[in-house]
Amino acid sequence: MAEKDLTQYANPQALVSTEWLAEHLDDPNVVVVESNEDVLLYDTGHIPGAVKIDWHTDLNDPVTRDFLDEKAFAAFASSKGISPDSTVIFYGDRSNWWAAYALWVFTLFGHQDLRLLDGGRAAWIAEGRELTTQVPQPTPSDYPVPAARDDRTFRAFREDVLEHLGKPLVDVRSAPEYTGEVTVAAGFEGEGALRGGHIPTAANVPWAMAANEDGTFKSREELEEIYTRRAGIGEADEVIAYCRIGERSSHTWFVLKHLLGYQNVRNYDGSWTEWGNAVRLPIAVGEEPGEAS
Amino acid sequence: MTPTADLPQPLAEIVEEFHAVGDRERLELLLELSRELPELPEAYGGDYTEQMEQVVECQTPLFLAVEYDDDASTAELIFAAPAEAPTTRGFASILQQGLSGLTYEQILAVPDDLHQRLGLAQAITPLRLRGMSAMLGRIKRNVREHIAV
Repeated sequence: MAEKDLTQYANPQALVSTEWLAEHLDDPNVVVVESNEDVLLYDTGHIPGAVKIDWHTDLNDPVTRDFLDEKAFAAFASSKGISPDSTVIFYGDRSNWWAAYALWVFTLFGHQDLRLLDGGRAAWIAEGRELTTQVPQPTPSDYPVPAARDDRTFRAFREDVLEHLGKPLVDVRSAPEYTGEVTVAAGFEGEGALRGGHIPTAANVPWAMAANEDGTFKSREELEEIYTRRAGIGEADEVIAYCRIGERSSHTWFVLKHLLGYQNVRNYDGSWTEWGNAVRLPIAVGEEPGEAS
Repeated sequence: MTPTADLPQPLAEIVEEFHAVGDRERLELLLELSRELPELPEAYGGDYTEQMEQVVECQTPLFLAVEYDDDASTAELIFAAPAEAPTTRGFASILQQGLSGLTYEQILAVPDDLHQRLGLAQAITPLRLRGMSAMLGRIKRNVREHIAV
């Protein structure tokens, strides 16, 4: 297979190929992070030198429904051997779904050099590349506490979404979740909502449409056809994406922000588990986006 | 009541093993169990997705079959789950080792909160544990439907 030309994307720095990673595994400045849906998968074998992040237990505050605060993030990054100037490469199962989520959370803390492995775990394995069960013991690095977690630039709260109505909004859940036919995604019964449907005006683009069968991202041209034209985002300068808890929409956030180069893209991590349950928030049911009231 | 008093012996032993170790080791134990899930018998061959019942509540493809011995009133459990879903395989393995070969009655009497008794909520999160609860529910329903015939 011909090596894909990553310069076609708006920010070619945000993506690396399996080949690039294989050549840079020993770079002292590179930290490889595996982030999966399946909590045991890393332990069955992972890319040599990669450390494990569990999206649920590592990145979320144990009490408040929120992410780590600045201090906890710095301590966590340090424990994984990550410094502010590290090049952090994320990869994982399910077309990098959770890897994109981890990358997005790191983005909130202002870490600069964050990249995804195109094709994720599946691509690495399909190419027969080396795996190990040896768990690295990183030397704790010096990671100063970031001044602030930036909750404005890349993250949206429900108030922001209400204000945003009328501008491009992307619902990345499956069609039955979008129309309201089901109030919960198959397999995620713990994350249901009282009401089924979507946020009025949202276009439905299931997140996996951005990925090829093998988990790699589709070409820029294909992505433009899907998002810019069909979903009607056009030349908008502000976009918000959401799903159920903000994980699948992190994947779409990555596509819109880094692959297509939209300027202001925010992920609404409260997503449907907040919106679909909240008092006095409007919803739309059925296949039509609906209107902002 | 101890968390294992109302469990059949093989299942009680597995639950006790989980409680004998700390969080980190519990994950290792689950991983070990995932490796012990028996290979799919040849009879199910290549097209097992048609012959077996899919546990659609699981986040990864998991298939279940129950083989009945009506003379002894016992049931054998057979699971198929991909290698890239070790957590699901681990849950299936607990049920396979803990319940396979027991009587219909014993299987139906297994408490529905079994998934909460392994002490895995901290390390695995309650969300993921629901997959196991769904598996047990499907096994019981399968047994109930078999008896009703």
